[in-house]
Amino acid sequence: MSMKCSTQTRNFLGRMAGIAVLLAGALLASTLCFGAPSDPSQIPSIFRPQSTPANSIFHLSLLVLAITGVIFAVVFSLLAYSVRKFRQRDGDDGREPPQVYGSNQVELAWTVIPVLIVLVLFLATARVIHSIQDAPKPAGAIEVIAIGHQFWWEFRYPALGVVTANELHVPVSNSSSPTPTFLTLLSADTDHSFWVPRLAGKTDLIPNRVNHTWIDPEQTGVYLGQCAQYCGVQHAKMLLRVYVDSPEQFAQWVEAQKTPAANADSDAVAEGRRIFESTACVNCHTISGTVADGHFGPDLTHLMSRDTLAAGAAANNPENLRTWIQNPDAIKPSSLMPAMQLSNHDLDALTAYLETLR
Amino acid sequence: MSSETIALNAVGEGSRPIGERLHDWVVTVDHKKLGILYILYALFFLVVAGIEAIIMRIQLIVPHNHFVSPQIFNRMMTMHGTTMIFFVVMPILFGFGTYLIPLMIGARDMAFPRLNAFSFWMTAFGGLLLYFSFIGGNGLYGAGTAPDVGWWAYAPLTARAFSPGHSTDFWTLALIVSGIGSIGTAVNFIATILCMRCPGMTLGKMPLLAWLNFVVGGMVIFCISPLTAAQIMLCIDRYLGGHFFDTQAGGSAVLWMHFFWIFGHPEVYILAVPAFAFVSEIVPVFSRKPIFGYPIMVAATITIGFISFSVWAHHMFTVGMSSYGNSFFVFTTVAIAVPTGIKIFNWLGTMWGGKIQFQIPMLFCIGFLFQFLIAGLTGIMLGTAPFNWQLSGSYFVVAHFHYVIVGGIVFALFGAFYYWFPKISGRMYNETLARWHFWLFIIGFHLTFDFMHIPGILGMPRRIYTYEPGRGWEVWNFVVTIGAFLQAAGVLVLVVNFLWSLRRGELAGNDPWDAWTLEWSTSSPPPDYNFAATPLVRSRRPLWDLKHPEDPDWKYE
Repeated sequence: MSMKCSTQTRNFLGRMAGIAVLLAGALLASTLCFGAPSDPSQIPSIFRPQSTPANSIFHLSLLVLAITGVIFAVVFSLLAYSVRKFRQRDGDDGREPPQVYGSNQVELAWTVIPVLIVLVLFLATARVIHSIQDAPKPAGAIEVIAIGHQFWWEFRYPALGVVTANELHVPVSNSSSPTPTFLTLLSADTDHSFWVPRLAGKTDLIPNRVNHTWIDPEQTGVYLGQCAQYCGVQHAKMLLRVYVDSPEQFAQWVEAQKTPAANADSDAVAEGRRIFESTACVNCHTISGTVADGHFGPDLTHLMSRDTLAAGAAANNPENLRTWIQNPDAIKPSSLMPAMQLSNHDLDALTAYLETLR
Repeated sequence: MSSETIALNAVGEGSRPIGERLHDWVVTVDHKKLGILYILYALFFLVVAGIEAIIMRIQLIVPHNHFVSPQIFNRMMTMHGTTMIFFVVMPILFGFGTYLIPLMIGARDMAFPRLNAFSFWMTAFGGLLLYFSFIGGNGLYGAGTAPDVGWWAYAPLTARAFSPGHSTDFWTLALIVSGIGSIGTAVNFIATILCMRCPGMTLGKMPLLAWLNFVVGGMVIFCISPLTAAQIMLCIDRYLGGHFFDTQAGGSAVLWMHFFWIFGHPEVYILAVPAFAFVSEIVPVFSRKPIFGYPIMVAATITIGFISFSVWAHHMFTVGMSSYGNSFFVFTTVAIAVPTGIKIFNWLGTMWGGKIQFQIPMLFCIGFLFQFLIAGLTGIMLGTAPFNWQLSGSYFVVAHFHYVIVGGIVFALFGAFYYWFPKISGRMYNETLARWHFWLFIIGFHLTFDFMHIPGILGMPRRIYTYEPGRGWEVWNFVVTIGAFLQAAGVLVLVVNFLWSLRRGELAGNDPWDAWTLEWSTSSPPPDYNFAATPLVRSRRPLWDLKHPEDPDWKYE
């Protein structure tokens, strides 16, 4: 019996080492197989924050990771030491070890120390909660109303008179003249959650409820995110892009978005517009300057100013646009966009018209 | 402490027709048979829900995969979660409790044997109802379909506007029905433990397994009730024109979240505390020492029971509570780490200075300790609200709670399975297969759930049927899926071992582990009446006293 146990112990420790090697090997192999280096700016890592809320969370997370890391090191060492040191050895005399029932001093120690750690953690956390949630809104803040829909985002800038979808444009902010963006979060149907990891933690969009969040990106660029609360069949393709523009670019973008759609400059385009206005498109979509004023789907007035279609599910190019109108299921199955059942001719004309919406 | 048996049946088991023997299992009120039924039922659903997990992992192995449609993926994710919680882990824990509690406290059966049978059959019916949704889910609308609202079923996705057909109703009714079974079992545990202990076994001399299941019984009664209430309200919304959660008519989605999580968080401890109970029985026996700090272990468990009812809104840090609300739930959440930590230290204290034998049950318990430690620490990360705003709803949280449920609870369960298999079946398991099971499962577990934390940190939300390439998630998802297959292989080895050992295993004898609690004093498997003579105990380890008359425990306790 004792011989067997000791061999088992060696096997156990050997295999523990084996696991470590195997895990490392699997990781290495998979990295080699799939190691196509991603563009780092496309990786929405919470550990590369670019905005105050995400930054405060990052710093808190370093503290939490340090504390939990130390706890892990201590407890794991005790476990590993016990497993090694107190195993039944070769040639064991078969006698039971000393029977120890407990110790009040030891119990007190491993109660009081965790209580102190918990207090430190709580105070540090409460401070960050307050600094993010109760931050005052400066005078220069941009206000945006974000409305979650199955399965896309509506962004309204009430002070600027702009309405757009899925791609949020905000100005870059810096400490000398902060222009943070404060978002009011609403939902038109089910629960959603606004999450752009490099800019802020997530906040839910809940019907019959008004939530708030804010961001103040420090660098221009595109920041990726997506809906983080299960909202139905196409929750996976409710993607979110935040474009952080320089102040000049942002002003230009606002000007361009405010102008109504241009009038048709060719027959094909005019026909496309007629088709748009005379089919079910107008029930759900708005194009300012036309009869279309539906609100169930994204505002299309400046459709071509966006990089993606179908809430980020496809790149915005003529081919995808045509597919999206004709057979949305090919891009995003069970989205609420119906297949429009148009003839090829009508489809070409409609696509040509939509492509003028810059 | 008698191992003699009384011949009650003139006719041997083997000579009776199979129909009659099956009939016995249906009408039985014997706690041992009901315990076995619970365990077999749960193992069956473990395989079913495991297959659902594998389907999801195949779909996610590469970005933009087309293995299943989004609808099927969403059903798989809902059914996997609901099944694993309500029809695998809960019934298997109740099964071990039902089987072991009377044996460990020296009783001949539970306090209410017929309620016991009723509870099992309600739970079993609940599971069948849930799975009948595959056939009847869409009602008259067309082909059958299972629920696809996620296992929290957040409002208003469950409103008829968003969930036509009957799939959500099957989910609701299955949980109401199995909830009745759970409450019956909880009442039975409490009554049995309070009233049926053998002479000499005061509350302070009960095995920890009985103590911990006593606490679980109390928690079940208080937390299943709000769940059942919410399900009834949902039915009223869907069929009687109510508007509790119907946001289109002014109802509140957040109200559902509160109802669900005031059930949902204590539920985590309802699953975890029986796992603690197994570890508290197995670690002492294979360390050859009594449990370290028995009274503190009991106190810590009761503390966990109370605090677990005050932490629920840490599942709701992102719904826009006030900063004071968030701070309160941060405090309660990190506070629960203290009694949980005390338990881990006491198990280590039990091993300290012992002579540890690396039998299979002990291997699983060491796995439990290691993984539960990590699960607790990622829990602290998630408990700090701002960090939670980043991590919740992501794959990090999925990795965390699988670390709790698989790395912690399921490892302890496997340990319990091997530890009590000789008692329940009368035969030993196959050692080689058991080792294969352990190593396949632990390697698979770590491949899957260690690496699953990373895509969460890189911004990958949970519950998505596919994902975009180029976000740094591909490698991790690939590794995670490979690990899932290794775990499945491990479970397959378990099933083979189980079937093989039932027929071919060596005879185990009454007490193969040289253990100390009462169940090892009777034969394996125990006779219908458990003990020929009612045992009389003087300490927490009656069999130690018997084996060491020169140094009995009762001199020190």
